[in-house]
Amino acid sequence: MKKSYKIEVDCANCANKMEDATRKTPGVKDATVNFMTLKMNVEFEEGQDPKVVMQQVLKNCKKVEDDCEIYL
Amino acid sequence: MQELIVIGLLGVVVLMALVLLLMGSRKNNGMTKKQKVMLGRILAATLLLLVLQLLPETVFDQMDSLFPGAAYWVYLALYLLDYLIIGYDILIKALKGIKNRQIFDESFLMAIATIGAIVLALYEQSGDYTEAIAVMLFYQIGEWFQSYAVGKSRRNISDLMDIRPDYANVEQDGKLEKVDPDEVAIGSIIVVQPGEKVPIDGIVVEGASSLNTSALTGESLPRDIEIGDEITSGCINMTGVLKIQTTKEFGESTVSKILDLVENASSRKSKSEDFISKFARVYTPAVCIAALALAILPPLIRVAGLGLPAQWDVWIYRALTFLVISCPCALVISIPLSFFAGIGGASNAGVLVKGSNYLETLSQTKIVVFDKTGTLTQGVFEVNGIHHNEMENAKLIEYAALVESSSSHPISKSLQRAYGKEIDRNRVTDIQEISGNGVIAKVDGITVAAGNDKLMNRLEIPFINCRSVGTIIHMAIDREYAGHIVISDIVKPHSKDAIASLKAAGIHQTVMLTGDTKKVADQVGGSLGIDRVYSELLPADKVEKVEELLATKPDKAKLAFVGDGINDAPVLRRADIGIAMGAMGSDAAIEAADVVLMDDDPMKISKAIKISRKCLGIVYQNIVFAIGIKLICLVLGALGIANMWLAIFADVGVMIIAVLNAIRALFVKKL
Repeated sequence: MKKSYKIEVDCANCANKMEDATRKTPGVKDATVNFMTLKMNVEFEEGQDPKVVMQQVLKNCKKVEDDCEIYL
Repeated sequence: MQELIVIGLLGVVVLMALVLLLMGSRKNNGMTKKQKVMLGRILAATLLLLVLQLLPETVFDQMDSLFPGAAYWVYLALYLLDYLIIGYDILIKALKGIKNRQIFDESFLMAIATIGAIVLALYEQSGDYTEAIAVMLFYQIGEWFQSYAVGKSRRNISDLMDIRPDYANVEQDGKLEKVDPDEVAIGSIIVVQPGEKVPIDGIVVEGASSLNTSALTGESLPRDIEIGDEITSGCINMTGVLKIQTTKEFGESTVSKILDLVENASSRKSKSEDFISKFARVYTPAVCIAALALAILPPLIRVAGLGLPAQWDVWIYRALTFLVISCPCALVISIPLSFFAGIGGASNAGVLVKGSNYLETLSQTKIVVFDKTGTLTQGVFEVNGIHHNEMENAKLIEYAALVESSSSHPISKSLQRAYGKEIDRNRVTDIQEISGNGVIAKVDGITVAAGNDKLMNRLEIPFINCRSVGTIIHMAIDREYAGHIVISDIVKPHSKDAIASLKAAGIHQTVMLTGDTKKVADQVGGSLGIDRVYSELLPADKVEKVEELLATKPDKAKLAFVGDGINDAPVLRRADIGIAMGAMGSDAAIEAADVVLMDDDPMKISKAIKISRKCLGIVYQNIVFAIGIKLICLVLGALGIANMWLAIFADVGVMIIAVLNAIRALFVKKL
């Protein structure tokens, strides 16, 4: 399953870090963060609940870049 | 001398910040609150620093004479205050970074570099705190500029692609009501007034008008539309009120598909973007390790190996300079920004590119393969010539149209179009169709035969062969040969120029594939100046031919296939890059291709390639420029030639230039 989220982040390198952090989160199959359109596309693994996974994703993103937001 | 430069520089920053703040206080300037606050902090910190620089030393001397030793502490306190004004958020972020174990966080590195510089100044008793504050100040200026420029171009580019309709007018009880286009069902009647965007695809049921399609196609000529015509969403109605019966839902309409496509385009990352994110991942740790080595190894070698004094302060200072240059920001911001601007500029010119990666491939295109019908030619058959006739042209066409009036074959249709008047079927009797030969019928009581040479042989009427290319219709009236009509597909007006401009743009080879006969294909290919022509191909043969071309070309030269997207989807997919043209209203084309040309002008092919080359040129310039300057700074810093001032200027300067350069990709009108 694929979902798209609006995000808020200030620098392009931070967006790359968020992408990495999201990809490493369990339950996420693949993710791309688009700094220019401030969007995040996440592909979840089979049988995962996006809501639960996204909470963890947000936590992990906050870890690498405190000043970011994902609008769930 | 250096002091004068510093004062001048700070003066410039104060002026710029003031001007920007004034701009920011006006409405709709697009500056966010965060940016305004930051601008205020930059202004305050710079002013304080400037005052501290200009303060005559006598002030401190007086202070010292009143309270001995006080001047030193007051001086330090004021500088620290200034440092905190400009950098407190960085320090907080750095602390959070430590908590989250992100040691390569740029805030953390900046904090170390500047605090290190202050500690060194304290240790050396030099009283030169300006450097640390300046590094923080210019770092913040760089960040501010980056966020402003990115925000601005984000808005500019979305304005360019501003085709999203906000509402649809639905007539209810004689009154017009504005509703969300999403809520309009298929088959509803919507009203579009002059100046409004057409919200949903449909068919005009009332009214006539001119449409401005420039937001979709980049074409500035208006398109006329009347009852019965199909209308594409995203166009702007210019002159008359139109009533439209919708044929699609909003989500399936052209405008939604295009918006969806463009918005997701930059999510498909190109090789250059991947390279940069990989580089960024390695760059920061590498520079930090180098800084650590620079701080420790040379002093140890000096003491142990050469018996010289260690000079710890010198080497630590050089190491701190490294940390200032350790952020890969310029690169990381400018590459996606270039692609985003390139895709935005292209879509404004009527060229939709589905991703950064396709823009990259397009720029490496060396072979362009065309489908003939509908791409280089109109795909519409027309009467192209009438030869060897004794009666008037119009009369001959009239007979031909009447005889063929019962047929729906494209050839008969083109004859009827050429005749141009209402056909009176009552004038035609005894219609006799001879399959594969033609038609014999009585028109106004006279026997007329229209068909190919087989028909003439069958009727034993001597005829004159034609040297023209196309479908030949021989006419016999009252068993007498009356001449022949040549019908052929016509070449688009810009096709020849398009091929020439592709050649001028450095395309090595142009190839044409067609299912048409060899004679027709060779003639069209020759007249357009195409290098190689393959004719009489079935659709499956086209895929095979493209595969053959793919196998024989060098690896780096990419092959583009241009088609109309209707029946050549497999070939579009097979080629390195598939370009579909004339896509206005054709979903199939939008689905199958990587690059979509909204109108059917072949000149747009070379335009698309030029846009991609410009964009990729900018990308490479930025990569080489940013990495180059950083490496030079690292070397100069290690040798002690570059100080922190130079390092921060190099860093911020490169970023600003790279961002400005990236925005250049947006301007593609003149290509």
